[in-house]
Amino acid sequence: MTLRRAVFITGIVVLCAWTLVPIYLIALGAIGGRTVVNSWPKPFLPPADLSFATMREFFDITGVWTSALYSVEAAVLCMAFSIVLGVPGGYALARFVFPGATTYRLLILLTRAFPVAILALPLTVGFIRLGLYDTPFGVGLMHTTLALPFAVLISASLFQAIPRELEEAAWVFGCSPVRAFWRVMLPLALPGIAAVAIFAFVISWNEVFAASVLTVRHKTLTAYLLSVLSESPLHVQFAGGFVLIVPSVLFIFLVRKRLFSVWGIANR
Amino acid sequence: MRARSIPYLLIAPSLGFLTVLFFVPLVQTIALAFQADGIWSTANFSRMAGDLNFTDAVVNTFEIVIIVVPLQLLLALGMAMLLQHVRGGRDIVLWIWSIPLGISDLAAGLVWLAILTDKGYLNTILLGLGVLSGPQSWLSYETPVTLLAAIVVAELWRATAIVLVILVAGVQLVPKEYGEAAEVFGATPWQRFTRVTLPLLKPSIQTALVLRTVLAFEMFAIVLSIGGRNFPVLVSEAFNWQYNQQDYGVAAAYAVIVMGVSLAATLIYLWVLRTPAAQR
Amino acid sequence: MANIVIDNITKSFGSFIALARVDLNIADGEFLALLGPSGCGKTTLLRIIAGLETQSSGQVKIGGRDVSVLPPRKRGLAMVFQNYAVFPHMTVRQNVGFGLRMAGADAARIERQVARAAALLHIQPNLDRYPAQLSGGQRQRVAVARALAIEPTVLLMDEPLSNLDALLRLEMRAELKSVLREAGTTTIYVTHDQTEAMGLADRIAVLHAGRIQQIGTPTEVYAFPATTFVGGFVGSPPMNFLTLPVENGSVRLGALTLKSPTGCEGQIVLGVRPEDLEPTVAAEGFSFTVRVTEPLGPHIMLTGESVGQPVRVVVPPDRPVPVGATMHLRPRYDRVVWMDPASGAAIGREETRQLGLGAAGN
Repeated sequence: MTLRRAVFITGIVVLCAWTLVPIYLIALGAIGGRTVVNSWPKPFLPPADLSFATMREFFDITGVWTSALYSVEAAVLCMAFSIVLGVPGGYALARFVFPGATTYRLLILLTRAFPVAILALPLTVGFIRLGLYDTPFGVGLMHTTLALPFAVLISASLFQAIPRELEEAAWVFGCSPVRAFWRVMLPLALPGIAAVAIFAFVISWNEVFAASVLTVRHKTLTAYLLSVLSESPLHVQFAGGFVLIVPSVLFIFLVRKRLFSVWGIANR
Repeated sequence: MRARSIPYLLIAPSLGFLTVLFFVPLVQTIALAFQADGIWSTANFSRMAGDLNFTDAVVNTFEIVIIVVPLQLLLALGMAMLLQHVRGGRDIVLWIWSIPLGISDLAAGLVWLAILTDKGYLNTILLGLGVLSGPQSWLSYETPVTLLAAIVVAELWRATAIVLVILVAGVQLVPKEYGEAAEVFGATPWQRFTRVTLPLLKPSIQTALVLRTVLAFEMFAIVLSIGGRNFPVLVSEAFNWQYNQQDYGVAAAYAVIVMGVSLAATLIYLWVLRTPAAQR
Repeated sequence: MANIVIDNITKSFGSFIALARVDLNIADGEFLALLGPSGCGKTTLLRIIAGLETQSSGQVKIGGRDVSVLPPRKRGLAMVFQNYAVFPHMTVRQNVGFGLRMAGADAARIERQVARAAALLHIQPNLDRYPAQLSGGQRQRVAVARALAIEPTVLLMDEPLSNLDALLRLEMRAELKSVLREAGTTTIYVTHDQTEAMGLADRIAVLHAGRIQQIGTPTEVYAFPATTFVGGFVGSPPMNFLTLPVENGSVRLGALTLKSPTGCEGQIVLGVRPEDLEPTVAAEGFSFTVRVTEPLGPHIMLTGESVGQPVRVVVPPDRPVPVGATMHLRPRYDRVVWMDPASGAAIGREETRQLGLGAAGN
C-alpha cells in the first residue's frame, strides 16, 4: 500500500463520512427523543432504550400529518404534469427538425438557469384570483415549472438515444405513428421517464420557498416546518428534518442507476 | 409523411404552461416592482434600499455566493477526479456522494443546526477534546463570522453534489483516449489534468457554474434554519416583505434584484467559458 | 530507434484470459504487424507495451531497458490511436508539438520538429486550424505527425486506418509506408485487416485467442501458414481445407494419390489456396461442383464443393463456368500445406509428391 494509495483511500472515506455522518446524527436526534436532543454533551450512539416516541410525537403534532399529505399531493401533481407536458416536448425535439426548435430548446434551458421560485411572488396575486392560492394544487403547478425543463430535456435525450430505425421499422410493418410511439418508443424510454418522474417528485417534496409563499392554512410539510421553525422545540425540528430526508433519499437510491444514466453518467 | 404541425402540437402544452406560469409572472414581477400606487415609479426600490436589512441582505448573499461557489467547484472537481480512480464500488461511492441531491435545503439546514447548535454535536466533540469548557454559541448575532462559516459549511455539504453530478457526467463525455494520448506523449498526471481534462470539461463546468450560482442566489431555507433572522439574505427578505409585511411591491423589487444578478452571472459564465466555434 | 523484447507476457481480466502467453522479439527498425480478429488480444498487447495496461506477468524491454513498471510517459514511445485522439481544444500546431512541449524542448526545436513532421504528412496549410475544422483523414495525419515529431524510439499504431473510407485507406497506407520507411522507426501496428498487414509489415504476428499463432514475413505467413486459423484468416479469399483420410502413407483425392507427410495416420487436412487450384481433366484431378459464381473483376470466384466439403476456386475472368457444372481441379503441389485435423497445426514442410494417377483404387 503506497502512500499515494493510502491518501487516496483516506480521501474517499473522509468524503463519504462527511456526507453520511450528519444524516446519522439527525436520525439520532429524531429517534432518540427529547432526552437525546436536550442532553449535553450529546451522545453519539443511540440510547439503550431506543424508542420511536419522538417520531410518534412528531406525527401527533397537529399539522404534520396533514402537511405531509399536502406535500404528497403537490408532489404527485408536479410529477404528473411534468411528464404529461414535458415528454411530448422532448419527443418533438428528438425526432423533428422544425423552425423554432432551437428557440424552444433555448427557452427551456433559460428557465433552468433562472431563479424560478421567485416567481411564486407575483403568482400569489394570480392564484388568489383563480382560487388556487393556499391549495396544494397551486403549489404543485408552481413546482411543475421547476421540474418541466428537466422533463423536456431529459426525455429529449432519452428519445434521441433510441435509434430512429426502430420506429421506422414499426411504420414499415404497419403501425401508425401514434401506435409506433406507444409500442416502441415509450416502452424503451419508460425506465428513464420513470426516473425523471421520481426526480420531479423529489424536487417538489423538497421545495421550500414557493410552498411557503403560496400557502397559509394548507401548508405542505416544508412550508409547515419553516413556519414553526422558531417556535417548535428542537426535537420536533430534528424529527421534521429526518422525515423530510428519508423519502427523498430512498427514492433517489431506488432510481440511482437510471438517474445517473439519464444525467449522462455511464457505468464506465 | 408527418403533418408539419405535429411538432408544434407536441411542444404547445409545455410552451403554453411555461408562458402562463413563467413568462407572464416574470413580466408581472418586473411590473410589480416598478409600480407603486398605480403609477410607474421606483418607490419600491427606494423603500427596499432604505430598509435596515437591505445592505446586510445584499452583502450576506454575495459573501456566500463568492465563497461557496468556487469552493464547491474545486471540491466537486477533486471528487470527480478521485472518482475516476475508484475501481470497485464506484457506484456506491457516487451514490453516497450524491445523497445530498435529494435533501431539501430546509432539511440540510436542520441537519447542520443539530450539529452546530449550542448543545450540539460539534460542541460535544470540542468539549471532549478539551477545547471548550461548556456549550458555546456559534450561530448567534454576536458571532457573525462563525455564523457565516456555518452557513458556508452547510451549503457546501448540501449542494456540492449538484456540481459533482454534472462534472462526473462531463468527465464521462471526454473520451479516455485524450488522457491516454497525453500520457503517452509525456504529460504527468497534473499536466494531463490541467492541459487536457480541464479544458475539455469547460462546457460542463459552465453548466454547473450557471446552475449553482443561480441556485445560490436563491438561498433561503438553509439560512433561515441555521441563522434565523440573524442572517438576512435577498430571498429571505423578499419572503418577509411578501408574507409578513404583505408588501408585494418591495418583495417584487427584491425579486428583480435576484433575477438581475442571476442573469448577469449567467451571461458572464457564458461569455468567459465559451468554446470558440472553431473548436467545436 | 530500439529493439523490443516481449518476454512471457500474460494478461487476464478477472477470469477472462486476454493474453495466454506472448513472447516476441522485434528488431530495431522493424515494422511488425499484430494481426488478428476482434478479441484476439492484439490491442491489449499493444496497450501493455505502451504502459496503458499492466500485464499480469512478464516483462517488456525496449532497447535493452526493462520498462515493465514504468508509466507510459517514461517509455519513450509515441502512439497513434484508432480514433486519433487529436486534442480538439488545441490547434494542429499545438497538437503536433505536444510531446515536445511535455518533454520541455525549447521553442526553436519545437518549431523545427513540427515543421518537419507537418511537411512529411502534408499538413502545413492546416497548422493553425483546429481539428474540428479538418476531415477525418486530415486528423489522422495530425495524429501521425504528432507521433513522428518527437522522433520516438518506438512507434505504436492501433488500427489507425480503420476509421477511414476504403479509398482513403489505400492512399494513406501507401503514404504511411513511405513516411515510416524514411523515418526507420521501430513500429508495431495493430490491425484486423490482413491486406493492410501484408502491405505494410516486414513481419506479421498473427494472434488468435490470446496467443501468437505465427510470426513471419508476409510471404511466409501467406504461403506457409502455421495453423488452419492463419491459413483461413490471411488472404482473401481464405485457404481451402479438405479433411481427407490417410491410407498407408498416402492420401487419395479424386483421381490423385498424394504422399502424406511421414508418420501421419487416420485423417489429415490438405490446405490449398483458391488461386493454387488449376482446372484439369478428370483423369488428372478431383471433381468440383459449382454452386455460386462471382465475377469479381480481376478473376471469377467459384464457390462449390468437392468430396462433400466446401471449396473455393479462382479462375480467369474470361472463362466463366455455369452454376451446377462439374469441373476438375488439380492443386499446385509446391503450394500445398498439410495440417493436423485435431490441432490445426501445420505438419512439416516436406514437398508434396504425387504418387500416381489413375482411377480410384490404384
